Amino acid sequence: MRVVVAMSGGVDSAVAAARVLEAGHEAVGVHLALARSAATLRESARGCCTIEDAGDARRVADRLGIPFYVWDLAERFEDEVIEDFVAEYAAGRTPNPCLRCNERIKFAALLDKAVALGFDAVATGHYAQIVEGPAGRELHRAVDSAKDQSYVLGVLDADQLARSLFPLGGSTKDEVRAEAAARGFAVARKPDSHDICFIPDGDTRGWLTRRLGEAPGEVVDAVSGAVLGRHTGTHGFTIGQRRGLGLDRSTLDGSARYVVGVDPGSRQVFVGEADLLGVEVIHGDRLRWCGPAPTGELALGAQVRAHGEEVPARVEVAEGAVIVRLERRLRGVAPGQSVVLYQGARVVGSATITRARNIDGSTTVAPGSSTPS
Amino acid sequence: MRAYLDHAATTPMRRVAVETLAELAARTGNASSLHASGRRARAVVEDARERVAAALGAHPSEVVFTSGGTESDNLAVKGAYAARRASQPARRLVVTSAVEHHAVLDAVEHLVATQEAQAHWLRVDATGVVDAQELLEVLARRENEVALVSVQWANNEIGTVQPIAALAAAARDAGVPMHTDAVQAAGVLPVDVAAAGVDLLTVSSHKVGGPLGVGALLVGRRTALEPGLHGGGQQRGLRSGTLDAPGIAAFAAALDEAIAERQQAAARLAALRDRLISGALALGLGIEVTGRWEAGDTAYRLPGNAHLRVPDCDGDALLYLLDAAGVECSTGSACAAGTQRPSHVLLALGVAEDQARGALRFSLGHTSSEDDVDAVLAVLPQVVQQARRAAGVSR
Repeated sequence: MRVVVAMSGGVDSAVAAARVLEAGHEAVGVHLALARSAATLRESARGCCTIEDAGDARRVADRLGIPFYVWDLAERFEDEVIEDFVAEYAAGRTPNPCLRCNERIKFAALLDKAVALGFDAVATGHYAQIVEGPAGRELHRAVDSAKDQSYVLGVLDADQLARSLFPLGGSTKDEVRAEAAARGFAVARKPDSHDICFIPDGDTRGWLTRRLGEAPGEVVDAVSGAVLGRHTGTHGFTIGQRRGLGLDRSTLDGSARYVVGVDPGSRQVFVGEADLLGVEVIHGDRLRWCGPAPTGELALGAQVRAHGEEVPARVEVAEGAVIVRLERRLRGVAPGQSVVLYQGARVVGSATITRARNIDGSTTVAPGSSTPS
Repeated sequence: MRAYLDHAATTPMRRVAVETLAELAARTGNASSLHASGRRARAVVEDARERVAAALGAHPSEVVFTSGGTESDNLAVKGAYAARRASQPARRLVVTSAVEHHAVLDAVEHLVATQEAQAHWLRVDATGVVDAQELLEVLARRENEVALVSVQWANNEIGTVQPIAALAAAARDAGVPMHTDAVQAAGVLPVDVAAAGVDLLTVSSHKVGGPLGVGALLVGRRTALEPGLHGGGQQRGLRSGTLDAPGIAAFAAALDEAIAERQQAAARLAALRDRLISGALALGLGIEVTGRWEAGDTAYRLPGNAHLRVPDCDGDALLYLLDAAGVECSTGSACAAGTQRPSHVLLALGVAEDQARGALRFSLGHTSSEDDVDAVLAVLPQVVQQARRAAGVSR
């Protein structure tokens, strides 16, 4: 096969490229330039698309003796990922841009371009496995459960999976680093990236404020309705957040307070004690199935964060929507997050969370609908 | 077989340059040393200086060897600005064109950002030519304010040749020093610094078939210039640093040969260029040629330059597909990050941003043949079709 390897400049995609080549494929390394202006590229010290990272990727490609190109998908990234990210926060939701990027950029814009240019597949350094199943290719969790990245791939459909390769899914991170060192890759000890790539300093609130401006409002006690403080914009808050609430008054008994709801309409941020965060029922839309679409009611596992725990759930699939009834309460479930559904190690699909509530409906954290009182 | 059509990026070293370099590389000697080995190195450098001066119509003392075109451009722009401003502080305006190489463009912007300079960007017409009338007007309107004029001899992306003698005459009449970046022109066009009337002229070794890392700035004897590098005071104090005797000698040998062959080569390259351009236009793919193109002409367009615009394509896809098919060229807008931004040259010509994306620069040189051109024409239809499919899905 002719394979484009998406090379970020990190250790994982470097080893992925080496393995693609050794599997007998014709490999070409492609680094995605995703920042809109070269100036931004130069200014950011870290992140997925700096000049230094492109240079690291290029050196690995040199060493492997494969062609290497930088493909500029900055406009698509801005339109499909960054604007969505901003709009979601502005609407009081908490998006995961990595899923969005995988769905729309890496396994869409990049994959489609690669196919149009005569390639058969795109390979990445994600930790996930592709397994040939009875109904076609299946996406499975990685062998290394600590590194498993199947969550951020839960948006890929059967067509995308048919043209994807994840050469690292059967290895642990330690094995990959050891292999990189053995191959003499300079990136063998390069630290993993954790931040959102377009916010390299990790200051999401500051970044959003620059994009959205300040929109001051009240911080309100979700139970009493008392105004506890003020904030400079609801986009700085995520359900489950504990730090940076800037409250004037502490609770009477000194217990911690968390964000339990965000309403950009009234510019109110609702805070309360930890037990208000417990969620038992999740509603989702924007369904993405990694294979044939299931119907009816199923017993599956549900995961709402990249490295969160998987909770058993009863899942009801209706037209364009799911209701996920968790067997155990989960805390800090925010609209805009993705719930990824598993059957054993297999990823069934995902949905974007629209609403999360207690079983009796007493707490709802749907922005702008009914606010806690 | 690979077809190399990127001679404007760098051209293969001429045999005479390789031999000169190889012969001198093993020889010890610092041209500034006073002993026999030093004298021998110094003689090599001074021989080369005389040859380069003679080749370009300069006096030997006017030749300052540098590390290449970028250093020469920076030395000329920053050095002339600083010297002029030291003697006449009111002269802070740098007049240049919108299509300069980044070595001039970014140097001017640096002066604007840090040295209180002002910039006047001369407009170009749709073929990339600067209007001498506009220069005359600026020099008249901003009398006593202009520190320097810098306009390239020929454009590196689209091959447009500027009316250098007319521009230089205007600058001279106004008492303003004139710099020209002749990196793409030297060895290809009749470049004579005295005849053209310019005060500062940039040349590069590896564009004429000499080694990488060598170049020169010709500095007229009456031209005031502040040095960029301070140190041992070599080369009239204008460019300190131990002289690269082997590289300089190889550069001079290559330049000499290029100029000796120049007329014949220009006619041969123009014919190859015309074969490439007319062949590409005849493919029925909607391809357009950038700038003024007349068959056989070497006065308005570099004989080795074929700059084509392919509608509905991205340059990076074209480049990949051509590379995979064994054809090496350039999009003409490469930057260090490899991000694809429309070329400032094409935008200055008034080419729309979406039309500037599918740009390809094919550049021919002393090793080019009809086979190279035919290789391009043979693969271009399929490459363009496939790049269009890719653009259709990834935009």
